[in-house]
Amino acid sequence: MSVLVIADHNNSVLNVATLSTITAAGQLSGDVDVLVAGKNCQAVADSAAKISGVKRVLICDSDICEAQLAENIAPLVHQLAEKYSYVLSAATTTGKNLLPRIAALLDVAQISDIISIESEDTFKRPFYAGNVIATVQSTDSKKVITVRATAFSAAVSTDTAAPIEAIAAPVESALSKLVSEELTKSERPELTAADIVISGGRGLGNKENFKIIEALADCLGAAIGASRAAVDAGFVPNDFQVGQTGKIVAPKLYIAVGISGAIQHLAGMKDSQVIVAINKDADAPIFQATDYGIVGDLFKIVPELIEALNNA
Amino acid sequence: MKILVPIKRVVDYNVRVRPTTDHTAVEISNAKMSMNPFDEIAVEEAIRLKEAGIASEVVVASFGVKQCQETIRTALAMGADRGIHVETDVELQPLSVAKLLKAIVDKENPGLVILGKQAIDDDANQTGQMLASLLNWGQGTFACGIKVESETVVVTREIDGGTQTLSLKLPAVITTDLRLNEPRYAKLPDIMKAKKKPLESFNPEDLSVDITPRLKLLEVTEPPKREGGVIVDDVAALLDKLRNEAKVI
Repeated sequence: MSVLVIADHNNSVLNVATLSTITAAGQLSGDVDVLVAGKNCQAVADSAAKISGVKRVLICDSDICEAQLAENIAPLVHQLAEKYSYVLSAATTTGKNLLPRIAALLDVAQISDIISIESEDTFKRPFYAGNVIATVQSTDSKKVITVRATAFSAAVSTDTAAPIEAIAAPVESALSKLVSEELTKSERPELTAADIVISGGRGLGNKENFKIIEALADCLGAAIGASRAAVDAGFVPNDFQVGQTGKIVAPKLYIAVGISGAIQHLAGMKDSQVIVAINKDADAPIFQATDYGIVGDLFKIVPELIEALNNA
Repeated sequence: MKILVPIKRVVDYNVRVRPTTDHTAVEISNAKMSMNPFDEIAVEEAIRLKEAGIASEVVVASFGVKQCQETIRTALAMGADRGIHVETDVELQPLSVAKLLKAIVDKENPGLVILGKQAIDDDANQTGQMLASLLNWGQGTFACGIKVESETVVVTREIDGGTQTLSLKLPAVITTDLRLNEPRYAKLPDIMKAKKKPLESFNPEDLSVDITPRLKLLEVTEPPKREGGVIVDDVAALLDKLRNEAKVI
Protein backbone atom coordinates (compact mmCIF):
# COMPACT_ATOMS: atom_id res chain seq x y z
CA MET A 1 0.00 0.00 0.00
CA SER A 2 1.98 2.96 -1.21
CA VAL A 3 1.10 6.19 -2.95
CA LEU A 4 2.77 8.06 -5.78
CA VAL A 5 1.89 11.76 -5.84
CA ILE A 6 2.60 13.58 -9.09
CA ALA A 7 3.91 17.03 -8.17
CA ASP A 8 2.30 20.01 -9.89
CA HIS A 9 4.99 22.62 -10.50
CA ASN A 10 6.44 25.08 -13.00
CA ASN A 11 10.04 23.77 -12.78
CA SER A 12 10.83 26.28 -10.01
CA VAL A 13 8.00 26.25 -7.44
CA LEU A 14 5.82 23.46 -6.07
CA ASN A 15 2.11 24.30 -6.48
CA VAL A 16 0.35 24.54 -3.09
CA ALA A 17 -2.37 22.22 -4.45
CA THR A 18 0.23 19.44 -4.27
CA LEU A 19 0.56 20.05 -0.50
CA SER A 20 -3.13 19.22 -0.08
CA THR A 21 -2.69 16.18 -2.32
CA ILE A 22 0.11 14.96 -0.03
CA THR A 23 -2.26 15.29 2.94
CA ALA A 24 -4.84 13.17 1.09
CA ALA A 25 -2.11 10.65 0.22
CA GLY A 26 -1.15 10.42 3.91
CA GLN A 27 -4.71 9.39 4.75
CA LEU A 28 -4.31 6.39 2.41
CA SER A 29 -0.86 5.19 3.42
CA GLY A 30 2.24 6.02 5.43
CA ASP A 31 4.28 5.34 2.35
CA VAL A 32 4.08 8.45 0.15
CA ASP A 33 6.50 9.16 -2.70
CA VAL A 34 6.42 12.30 -4.83
CA LEU A 35 7.39 12.43 -8.51
CA VAL A 36 8.86 15.68 -9.78
CA ALA A 37 9.16 15.49 -13.57
CA GLY A 38 10.48 18.55 -15.32
CA LYS A 39 13.63 20.33 -16.41
CA ASN A 40 15.99 22.11 -14.01
CA CYS A 41 13.46 21.27 -11.30
CA GLN A 42 15.85 20.42 -8.43
CA ALA A 43 14.44 23.26 -6.30
CA VAL A 44 10.97 21.71 -6.58
CA ALA A 45 12.32 18.31 -5.54
CA ASP A 46 14.15 19.93 -2.60
CA SER A 47 10.98 21.56 -1.31
CA ALA A 48 8.89 18.40 -1.90
CA ALA A 49 11.44 16.40 0.15
CA LYS A 50 10.78 18.62 3.17
CA ILE A 51 7.02 18.23 3.14
CA SER A 52 5.71 16.36 6.15
CA GLY A 53 4.65 12.81 5.25
CA VAL A 54 6.83 12.44 2.15
CA LYS A 55 9.02 9.34 2.31
CA ARG A 56 10.94 9.74 -0.94
CA VAL A 57 11.12 12.10 -3.90
CA LEU A 58 11.71 10.83 -7.42
CA ILE A 59 13.15 13.42 -9.76
CA CYS A 60 13.13 13.08 -13.52
CA ASP A 61 15.09 16.06 -14.79
CA SER A 62 15.16 16.07 -18.57
CA ASP A 63 14.51 18.11 -21.72
CA ILE A 64 11.77 15.61 -22.51
CA CYS A 65 9.91 16.51 -19.30
CA GLU A 66 10.39 20.28 -19.53
CA ALA A 67 6.89 21.13 -20.77
CA GLN A 68 5.34 18.25 -18.78
CA LEU A 69 3.41 17.07 -21.82
CA ALA A 70 0.98 14.29 -20.93
CA GLU A 71 2.17 12.27 -23.93
CA ASN A 72 5.66 12.07 -22.36
CA ILE A 73 4.85 11.92 -18.65
CA ALA A 74 2.05 9.32 -18.80
CA PRO A 75 4.31 6.44 -19.98
CA LEU A 76 6.85 7.40 -17.29
CA VAL A 77 4.22 7.22 -14.53
CA HIS A 78 2.73 4.07 -16.06
CA GLN A 79 6.08 2.34 -15.60
CA LEU A 80 6.52 3.62 -12.04
CA ALA A 81 2.90 2.77 -11.10
CA GLU A 82 3.70 -0.94 -11.06
CA LYS A 83 5.06 -0.51 -7.53
CA TYR A 84 2.24 1.67 -6.17
CA SER A 85 -1.36 1.08 -5.11
CA TYR A 86 -2.37 4.68 -5.74
CA VAL A 87 -1.43 7.44 -8.16
CA LEU A 88 -2.60 10.87 -7.01
CA SER A 89 -2.46 14.37 -8.39
CA ALA A 90 -4.15 17.65 -7.59
CA ALA A 91 -7.19 18.41 -9.76
CA THR A 92 -5.36 21.30 -11.44
CA THR A 93 -5.39 21.67 -15.22
CA THR A 94 -2.07 19.78 -15.28
CA GLY A 95 -3.43 16.90 -13.18
CA LYS A 96 -6.73 16.77 -15.07
CA ASN A 97 -4.81 16.62 -18.35
CA LEU A 98 -2.38 13.92 -17.26
CA LEU A 99 -4.09 11.44 -14.94
CA PRO A 100 -6.79 10.01 -17.25
CA ARG A 101 -4.02 9.25 -19.74
CA ILE A 102 -2.27 7.21 -17.04
CA ALA A 103 -5.50 5.54 -15.87
CA ALA A 104 -6.20 4.32 -19.43
CA LEU A 105 -2.69 2.89 -19.73
CA LEU A 106 -3.29 1.03 -16.45
CA ASP A 107 -6.80 0.01 -17.58
CA VAL A 108 -8.37 1.42 -14.41
CA ALA A 109 -11.13 3.92 -13.74
CA GLN A 110 -10.09 7.33 -12.50
CA ILE A 111 -11.78 8.86 -9.48
CA SER A 112 -11.88 12.59 -10.22
CA ASP A 113 -11.84 15.51 -7.83
CA ILE A 114 -12.27 13.66 -4.53
CA ILE A 115 -13.32 15.67 -1.48
CA SER A 116 -12.92 12.96 1.15
CA ILE A 117 -11.46 9.52 1.70
CA GLU A 118 -13.89 7.13 3.38
CA SER A 119 -11.73 4.00 3.24
CA GLU A 120 -8.95 2.50 1.13
CA ASP A 121 -11.30 2.09 -1.84
CA THR A 122 -14.17 4.49 -1.15
CA PHE A 123 -14.24 8.21 -1.82
CA LYS A 124 -16.62 11.16 -1.93
CA ARG A 125 -16.76 13.41 -4.95
CA PRO A 126 -19.16 16.04 -6.26
CA PHE A 127 -21.49 15.34 -9.20
CA TYR A 128 -23.66 17.84 -11.08
CA ALA A 129 -21.66 20.95 -10.19
CA GLY A 130 -21.69 19.90 -6.54
CA ASN A 131 -25.49 19.73 -6.28
CA VAL A 132 -25.05 16.18 -5.09
CA ILE A 133 -22.19 14.38 -3.40
CA ALA A 134 -21.52 10.82 -4.54
CA THR A 135 -19.81 8.13 -2.51
CA VAL A 136 -18.01 5.85 -4.97
CA GLN A 137 -16.14 2.60 -4.45
CA SER A 138 -13.38 1.55 -6.81
CA THR A 139 -13.15 -2.12 -7.76
CA ASP A 140 -9.78 -1.70 -9.51
CA SER A 141 -6.59 -2.97 -7.89
CA LYS A 142 -4.79 0.31 -8.55
CA LYS A 143 -6.47 3.63 -8.00
CA VAL A 144 -5.83 6.77 -10.02
CA ILE A 145 -7.24 9.82 -8.26
CA THR A 146 -7.35 13.59 -8.65
CA VAL A 147 -7.77 15.54 -5.42
CA ARG A 148 -9.76 18.73 -4.87
CA ALA A 149 -7.16 20.81 -3.07
CA THR A 150 -9.65 22.95 -1.12
CA ALA A 151 -11.04 19.85 0.59
CA PHE A 152 -7.74 18.87 2.25
CA SER A 153 -5.44 20.99 4.39
CA ALA A 154 -1.97 21.73 3.06
CA ALA A 155 0.82 19.49 4.39
CA VAL A 156 3.47 21.54 6.17
CA SER A 157 7.17 21.91 5.51
CA THR A 158 9.61 20.40 8.02
CA ASP A 159 13.34 20.72 8.73
CA THR A 160 14.19 17.17 7.76
CA ALA A 161 14.38 16.16 4.13
CA ALA A 162 13.36 12.84 2.59
CA PRO A 163 15.85 11.24 0.16
CA ILE A 164 15.74 12.37 -3.47
CA GLU A 165 16.35 9.75 -6.16
CA ALA A 166 16.98 10.53 -9.81
CA ILE A 167 15.13 8.41 -12.35
CA ALA A 168 15.68 7.94 -16.07
CA ALA A 169 13.83 10.09 -18.59
CA PRO A 170 11.03 8.60 -20.69
CA VAL A 171 11.27 8.21 -24.45
CA GLU A 172 10.01 11.32 -26.25
CA SER A 173 6.61 10.65 -27.79
CA ALA A 174 6.84 13.00 -30.81
CA LEU A 175 3.04 13.29 -30.60
CA SER A 176 3.00 16.83 -29.24
CA LYS A 177 5.22 19.81 -28.62
CA LEU A 178 4.92 23.06 -26.74
CA VAL A 179 4.68 26.13 -28.97
CA SER A 180 4.16 28.91 -26.42
CA GLU A 181 2.61 29.92 -23.12
CA GLU A 182 0.82 33.13 -22.17
CA LEU A 183 0.77 33.27 -18.39
CA THR A 184 -1.14 35.94 -16.50
CA LYS A 185 1.24 37.97 -14.37
CA SER A 186 -0.07 39.33 -11.11
CA GLU A 187 1.27 40.76 -7.88
CA ARG A 188 -1.84 39.55 -6.10
CA PRO A 189 -2.16 36.26 -4.22
CA GLU A 190 -2.89 33.16 -6.29
CA LEU A 191 -6.64 32.71 -6.71
CA THR A 192 -6.91 29.16 -5.36
CA ALA A 193 -4.64 29.84 -2.38
CA ALA A 194 -5.78 33.32 -1.27
CA ASP A 195 -7.44 34.02 2.10
CA ILE A 196 -9.74 36.57 0.50
CA VAL A 197 -11.19 36.49 -3.01
CA ILE A 198 -13.13 39.32 -4.64
CA SER A 199 -15.04 38.19 -7.73
CA GLY A 200 -16.82 40.30 -10.31
CA GLY A 201 -19.60 39.35 -12.68
CA ARG A 202 -21.74 40.61 -15.50
CA GLY A 203 -23.01 43.43 -13.24
CA LEU A 204 -19.72 45.26 -13.71
CA GLY A 205 -20.82 46.03 -17.26
CA ASN A 206 -17.44 46.41 -18.94
CA LYS A 207 -13.72 45.87 -18.61
CA GLU A 208 -13.07 49.45 -17.46
CA ASN A 209 -15.54 49.11 -14.58
CA PHE A 210 -13.83 45.90 -13.45
CA LYS A 211 -11.08 48.15 -12.05
CA ILE A 212 -13.14 48.79 -8.93
CA ILE A 213 -12.86 45.06 -8.18
CA GLU A 214 -9.08 45.44 -8.44
CA ALA A 215 -9.16 48.45 -6.12
CA LEU A 216 -11.20 46.57 -3.52
CA ALA A 217 -8.91 43.53 -3.82
CA ASP A 218 -5.87 45.74 -3.23
CA CYS A 219 -7.42 47.14 -0.02
CA LEU A 220 -7.81 43.63 1.36
CA GLY A 221 -4.74 41.93 -0.15
CA ALA A 222 -7.18 39.71 -1.99
CA ALA A 223 -7.07 37.65 -5.17
CA ILE A 224 -9.46 38.42 -8.02
CA GLY A 225 -11.95 35.99 -9.48
CA ALA A 226 -14.79 36.26 -11.95
CA SER A 227 -17.95 34.58 -13.10
CA ARG A 228 -18.12 32.92 -16.50
CA ALA A 229 -20.17 35.86 -17.82
CA ALA A 230 -17.37 38.30 -16.95
CA VAL A 231 -14.75 36.10 -18.63
CA ASP A 232 -16.87 35.48 -21.73
CA ALA A 233 -17.43 39.25 -22.02
CA GLY A 234 -13.66 39.77 -21.96
CA PHE A 235 -13.50 41.76 -18.68
CA VAL A 236 -10.74 39.43 -17.40
CA PRO A 237 -8.68 36.45 -18.70
CA ASN A 238 -9.94 32.87 -18.57
CA ASP A 239 -7.78 31.89 -15.60
CA PHE A 240 -9.89 34.15 -13.35
CA GLN A 241 -12.99 32.01 -13.77
CA VAL A 242 -14.43 30.48 -10.61
CA GLY A 243 -16.95 27.68 -11.05
CA GLN A 244 -17.82 24.14 -12.08
CA THR A 245 -15.48 24.21 -15.05
CA GLY A 246 -13.09 26.88 -13.84
CA LYS A 247 -11.28 27.12 -10.52
CA ILE A 248 -12.53 25.83 -7.21
CA VAL A 249 -11.82 28.22 -4.34
CA ALA A 250 -12.53 28.08 -0.62
CA PRO A 251 -11.06 31.23 0.94
CA LYS A 252 -11.87 32.59 4.40
CA LEU A 253 -13.81 35.41 2.74
CA TYR A 254 -15.39 35.45 -0.71
CA ILE A 255 -17.02 38.64 -1.94
CA ALA A 256 -19.22 38.26 -5.04
CA VAL A 257 -19.85 41.59 -6.74
CA GLY A 258 -22.46 41.86 -9.49
CA ILE A 259 -22.72 38.08 -9.75
CA SER A 260 -26.23 36.61 -10.00
CA GLY A 261 -25.15 33.19 -8.69
CA ALA A 262 -25.76 30.52 -11.33
CA ILE A 263 -25.28 27.01 -9.90
CA GLN A 264 -22.22 26.63 -12.11
CA HIS A 265 -20.60 29.60 -10.32
CA LEU A 266 -21.70 28.50 -6.84
CA ALA A 267 -20.03 25.14 -7.53
CA GLY A 268 -16.68 26.90 -7.49
CA MET A 269 -17.00 28.94 -4.27
CA LYS A 270 -19.71 27.60 -1.99
CA ASP A 271 -17.22 26.00 0.40
CA SER A 272 -15.75 29.40 1.25
CA GLN A 273 -15.86 30.10 4.99
CA VAL A 274 -17.75 33.40 4.71
CA ILE A 275 -19.55 34.56 1.58
CA VAL A 276 -20.64 38.14 0.92
CA ALA A 277 -22.69 39.28 -2.06
CA ILE A 278 -23.28 42.75 -3.42
CA ASN A 279 -26.05 42.81 -6.02
CA LYS A 280 -28.83 45.18 -7.03
CA ASP A 281 -31.33 42.35 -7.53
CA ALA A 282 -32.71 41.23 -4.14
CA ASP A 283 -33.99 38.04 -5.77
CA ALA A 284 -30.61 37.03 -7.23
CA PRO A 285 -29.85 33.39 -6.33
CA ILE A 286 -26.45 34.41 -4.98
CA PHE A 287 -28.17 35.70 -1.82
CA GLN A 288 -29.26 32.14 -0.98
CA ALA A 289 -25.61 31.14 -0.76
CA THR A 290 -24.34 34.12 1.23
CA ASP A 291 -23.72 34.85 4.88
CA TYR A 292 -24.02 38.60 4.41
CA GLY A 293 -25.63 40.41 1.54
CA ILE A 294 -26.08 44.01 0.53
CA VAL A 295 -28.81 44.83 -1.97
CA GLY A 296 -27.90 47.90 -3.98
CA ASP A 297 -25.87 49.54 -6.69
CA LEU A 298 -22.37 48.07 -6.69
CA PHE A 299 -20.98 51.27 -8.21
CA LYS A 300 -22.04 53.07 -5.01
CA ILE A 301 -21.39 50.31 -2.47
CA VAL A 302 -17.93 49.16 -3.60
CA PRO A 303 -16.39 52.68 -3.50
CA GLU A 304 -17.95 53.18 -0.03
CA LEU A 305 -16.42 49.91 1.07
CA ILE A 306 -13.01 50.92 -0.29
CA GLU A 307 -13.21 54.26 1.49
CA ALA A 308 -14.25 52.70 4.80
CA LEU A 309 -11.42 50.15 4.59
CA ASN A 310 -8.87 52.83 3.73
CA ASN A 311 -10.01 54.99 6.65
CA ALA A 312 -9.95 52.15 9.13
CA MET B 1 -10.34 14.74 -43.28
CA LYS B 2 -13.09 13.10 -41.31
CA ILE B 3 -13.91 14.42 -37.82
CA LEU B 4 -15.50 12.25 -35.15
CA VAL B 5 -17.47 14.10 -32.45
CA PRO B 6 -18.59 12.04 -29.45
CA ILE B 7 -21.63 13.58 -27.73
CA LYS B 8 -23.31 12.80 -24.41
CA ARG B 9 -26.95 13.10 -23.45
CA VAL B 10 -27.10 14.72 -20.00
CA VAL B 11 -29.56 16.43 -17.67
CA ASP B 12 -30.04 19.98 -18.97
CA TYR B 13 -27.71 22.51 -17.36
CA ASN B 14 -30.65 24.48 -15.93
CA VAL B 15 -32.03 21.54 -13.95
CA ARG B 16 -31.11 21.32 -10.29
CA VAL B 17 -30.88 17.61 -9.50
CA ARG B 18 -31.47 15.92 -6.14
CA PRO B 19 -30.70 12.47 -4.74
CA THR B 20 -33.46 9.86 -4.96
CA THR B 21 -35.31 9.34 -1.67
CA ASP B 22 -33.33 6.15 -0.95
CA HIS B 23 -30.05 8.01 -1.66
CA THR B 24 -28.83 5.39 -4.13
CA ALA B 25 -28.87 7.53 -7.28
CA VAL B 26 -29.58 10.94 -8.71
CA GLU B 27 -33.26 11.62 -9.44
CA ILE B 28 -33.38 12.26 -13.18
CA SER B 29 -36.45 10.30 -14.32
CA ASN B 30 -38.46 13.38 -15.33
CA ALA B 31 -35.61 15.79 -15.92
CA LYS B 32 -35.18 17.65 -19.20
CA MET B 33 -32.29 16.13 -21.14
CA SER B 34 -29.96 17.95 -23.54
CA MET B 35 -26.65 17.58 -25.30
CA ASN B 36 -23.73 18.17 -22.93
CA PRO B 37 -22.88 21.88 -23.52
CA PHE B 38 -19.16 21.19 -24.06
CA ASP B 39 -20.08 18.61 -26.72
CA GLU B 40 -22.27 21.19 -28.48
CA ILE B 41 -19.15 23.34 -28.73
CA ALA B 42 -17.31 20.32 -30.19
CA VAL B 43 -20.04 19.76 -32.80
CA GLU B 44 -19.97 23.45 -33.72
CA GLU B 45 -16.18 23.43 -34.13
CA ALA B 46 -16.29 20.37 -36.37
CA ILE B 47 -19.01 21.91 -38.55
CA ARG B 48 -17.00 25.13 -38.85
CA LEU B 49 -13.97 23.11 -39.96
CA LYS B 50 -16.15 21.49 -42.61
CA GLU B 51 -17.52 24.86 -43.72
CA ALA B 52 -13.94 26.12 -43.99
CA GLY B 53 -13.12 23.23 -46.34
CA ILE B 54 -10.77 21.56 -43.86
CA ALA B 55 -13.01 18.67 -42.86
CA SER B 56 -14.78 16.48 -45.40
CA GLU B 57 -17.26 14.78 -43.09
CA VAL B 58 -18.51 15.21 -39.52
CA VAL B 59 -19.61 11.99 -37.79
CA VAL B 60 -21.24 12.19 -34.36
CA ALA B 61 -21.40 9.27 -31.93
CA SER B 62 -23.40 8.82 -28.76
CA PHE B 63 -23.56 5.86 -26.41
CA GLY B 64 -26.28 4.80 -24.01
CA VAL B 65 -30.06 4.44 -23.92
CA LYS B 66 -32.28 4.58 -27.00
CA GLN B 67 -33.04 8.29 -26.45
CA CYS B 68 -29.40 9.18 -27.24
CA GLN B 69 -30.63 9.08 -30.84
CA GLU B 70 -32.51 12.33 -30.14
CA THR B 71 -29.22 13.92 -29.12
CA ILE B 72 -27.60 12.61 -32.30
CA ARG B 73 -30.46 14.12 -34.35
CA THR B 74 -29.81 17.48 -32.66
CA ALA B 75 -26.18 17.35 -33.83
CA LEU B 76 -27.27 16.29 -37.32
CA ALA B 77 -29.64 19.28 -37.40
CA MET B 78 -26.73 21.57 -36.47
CA GLY B 79 -24.91 20.27 -39.57
CA ALA B 80 -23.18 16.98 -38.79
CA ASP B 81 -23.40 14.46 -41.63
CA ARG B 82 -24.06 11.12 -40.00
CA GLY B 83 -24.60 9.48 -36.62
CA ILE B 84 -23.47 6.37 -34.78
CA HIS B 85 -25.34 5.08 -31.75
CA VAL B 86 -24.11 2.34 -29.46
CA GLU B 87 -27.14 1.26 -27.51
CA THR B 88 -26.91 -0.03 -23.95
CA ASP B 89 -28.74 0.40 -20.66
CA VAL B 90 -25.53 -0.23 -18.68
CA GLU B 91 -24.18 2.85 -16.90
CA LEU B 92 -21.23 3.93 -19.02
CA GLN B 93 -18.19 5.24 -17.19
CA PRO B 94 -15.43 7.25 -18.93
CA LEU B 95 -13.06 4.29 -19.39
CA SER B 96 -15.83 2.27 -21.09
CA VAL B 97 -16.76 5.24 -23.27
CA ALA B 98 -13.11 5.69 -24.28
CA LYS B 99 -12.89 1.98 -25.22
CA LEU B 100 -16.10 2.17 -27.28
CA LEU B 101 -14.76 5.29 -28.97
CA LYS B 102 -11.51 3.55 -29.78
CA ALA B 103 -13.49 0.80 -31.50
CA ILE B 104 -15.39 3.44 -33.52
CA VAL B 105 -12.14 5.22 -34.40
CA ASP B 106 -10.67 1.90 -35.61
CA LYS B 107 -13.67 1.52 -37.97
CA GLU B 108 -13.92 5.13 -39.12
CA ASN B 109 -10.30 6.34 -39.17
CA PRO B 110 -11.01 10.02 -38.45
CA GLY B 111 -8.20 12.59 -38.64
CA LEU B 112 -9.47 14.36 -35.55
CA VAL B 113 -11.71 13.54 -32.60
CA ILE B 114 -13.23 16.62 -30.96
CA LEU B 115 -15.26 16.25 -27.75
CA GLY B 116 -16.27 18.20 -24.67
CA LYS B 117 -13.69 18.49 -21.89
CA GLN B 118 -16.19 17.22 -19.35
CA ALA B 119 -19.81 16.19 -19.04
CA ILE B 120 -21.85 18.35 -16.70
CA ASP B 121 -23.41 15.33 -14.97
CA ASP B 122 -20.47 13.33 -13.59
CA ASP B 123 -17.96 16.20 -14.04
CA ALA B 124 -15.27 13.56 -14.61
CA ASN B 125 -13.12 15.26 -17.28
CA GLN B 126 -11.51 12.01 -18.43
CA THR B 127 -12.87 10.59 -21.68
CA GLY B 128 -10.81 12.57 -24.22
CA GLN B 129 -7.54 11.97 -22.41
CA MET B 130 -8.32 8.24 -22.01
CA LEU B 131 -9.18 7.94 -25.70
CA ALA B 132 -5.95 9.69 -26.73
CA SER B 133 -4.07 7.31 -24.43
CA LEU B 134 -5.70 4.16 -25.84
CA LEU B 135 -5.02 5.34 -29.40
CA ASN B 136 -1.53 6.63 -28.55
CA TRP B 137 -2.46 9.96 -30.15
CA GLY B 138 -1.60 13.46 -29.00
CA GLN B 139 -4.15 15.32 -26.87
CA GLY B 140 -5.15 18.99 -26.82
CA THR B 141 -7.37 19.36 -23.77
CA PHE B 142 -9.44 22.42 -22.69
CA ALA B 143 -9.10 24.00 -26.15
CA CYS B 144 -9.99 27.65 -26.76
CA GLY B 145 -8.39 27.77 -30.23
CA ILE B 146 -7.83 25.20 -32.98
CA LYS B 147 -5.85 25.64 -36.19
CA VAL B 148 -5.50 22.65 -38.49
CA GLU B 149 -2.33 22.57 -40.61
CA SER B 150 -1.23 19.90 -43.09
CA GLU B 151 0.38 17.36 -40.74
CA THR B 152 -0.42 18.95 -37.40
CA VAL B 153 -3.07 20.77 -35.43
CA VAL B 154 -2.19 23.76 -33.27
CA VAL B 155 -4.30 23.89 -30.12
CA THR B 156 -4.48 26.75 -27.62
CA ARG B 157 -5.52 25.49 -24.19
CA GLU B 158 -6.98 27.20 -21.13
CA ILE B 159 -4.71 26.31 -18.20
CA ASP B 160 -4.66 27.45 -14.56
CA GLY B 161 -2.02 30.12 -15.17
CA GLY B 162 -3.34 31.47 -18.50
CA THR B 163 -3.13 29.79 -21.89
CA GLN B 164 -0.76 27.34 -23.54
CA THR B 165 -0.32 26.51 -27.23
CA LEU B 166 0.63 23.01 -28.37
CA SER B 167 1.34 21.53 -31.76
CA LEU B 168 -0.06 17.99 -32.12
CA LYS B 169 0.74 15.46 -34.78
CA LEU B 170 -2.41 14.37 -36.66
CA PRO B 171 -4.50 12.35 -35.97
CA ALA B 172 -5.22 13.81 -32.52
CA VAL B 173 -7.85 14.19 -29.82
CA ILE B 174 -9.07 17.66 -28.81
CA THR B 175 -11.34 18.49 -25.86
CA THR B 176 -13.25 21.76 -25.91
CA ASP B 177 -13.43 24.50 -23.33
CA LEU B 178 -16.19 27.11 -23.04
CA ARG B 179 -14.67 29.86 -25.12
CA LEU B 180 -13.81 27.92 -28.27
CA ASN B 181 -16.97 29.09 -30.04
CA GLU B 182 -20.66 29.79 -29.58
CA PRO B 183 -22.74 26.89 -30.90
CA ARG B 184 -25.48 27.66 -33.45
CA TYR B 185 -29.15 26.85 -33.05
CA ALA B 186 -30.54 24.40 -35.57
CA LYS B 187 -33.12 25.93 -37.93
CA LEU B 188 -36.46 24.21 -38.46
CA PRO B 189 -35.75 23.08 -42.07
CA ASP B 190 -32.45 21.60 -40.85
CA ILE B 191 -34.25 19.76 -38.07
CA MET B 192 -36.55 18.23 -40.72
CA LYS B 193 -33.58 17.35 -42.95
CA ALA B 194 -31.72 15.79 -40.01
CA LYS B 195 -34.41 13.12 -39.73
CA LYS B 196 -33.28 11.73 -43.09
CA LYS B 197 -29.55 11.71 -42.34
CA PRO B 198 -27.98 8.25 -41.80
CA LEU B 199 -27.83 6.90 -38.24
CA GLU B 200 -26.21 3.52 -37.60
CA SER B 201 -26.80 1.57 -34.41
CA PHE B 202 -24.59 -1.00 -32.73
CA ASN B 203 -24.44 -2.70 -29.37
CA PRO B 204 -21.26 -2.96 -27.26
CA GLU B 205 -20.91 -6.68 -28.08
CA ASP B 206 -20.73 -5.85 -31.82
CA LEU B 207 -17.64 -3.82 -30.98
CA SER B 208 -16.19 -6.45 -28.57
CA VAL B 209 -15.82 -3.92 -25.79
CA ASP B 210 -16.18 -4.77 -22.10
CA ILE B 211 -18.20 -1.97 -20.51
CA THR B 212 -18.48 -3.34 -16.98
CA PRO B 213 -18.44 -0.35 -14.59
CA ARG B 214 -15.37 -0.17 -12.38
CA LEU B 215 -16.78 2.30 -9.89
CA LYS B 216 -19.77 1.45 -7.71
CA LEU B 217 -22.05 4.25 -6.65
CA LEU B 218 -22.73 3.56 -2.97
CA GLU B 219 -24.61 6.67 -1.95
CA VAL B 220 -25.78 10.04 -3.21
CA THR B 221 -26.43 12.83 -0.75
CA GLU B 222 -27.08 16.55 -0.81
CA PRO B 223 -24.16 18.74 0.18
CA PRO B 224 -24.37 20.33 3.64
CA LYS B 225 -26.75 23.29 3.58
CA ARG B 226 -25.50 26.75 4.45
CA GLU B 227 -27.17 28.43 7.39
CA GLY B 228 -29.43 31.21 6.16
CA GLY B 229 -27.60 34.47 5.65
CA VAL B 230 -28.65 37.98 6.48
CA ILE B 231 -29.10 41.09 4.38
CA VAL B 232 -27.35 44.06 5.97
CA ASP B 233 -28.35 47.68 5.41
CA ASP B 234 -25.10 49.33 4.53
CA VAL B 235 -21.33 49.15 4.27
CA ALA B 236 -20.81 50.01 7.95
CA ALA B 237 -23.04 47.13 9.03
CA LEU B 238 -21.24 44.75 6.65
CA LEU B 239 -17.80 45.70 7.94
CA ASP B 240 -19.02 45.34 11.52
CA LYS B 241 -20.23 41.80 10.77
CA LEU B 242 -17.02 40.84 8.96
CA ARG B 243 -14.83 42.22 11.75
CA ASN B 244 -16.73 41.29 14.87
CA GLU B 245 -19.00 38.38 14.01
CA ALA B 246 -17.22 36.44 11.24
CA LYS B 247 -13.77 37.79 12.20
CA VAL B 248 -12.41 37.40 8.67
CA ILE B 249 -10.92 40.86 8.15
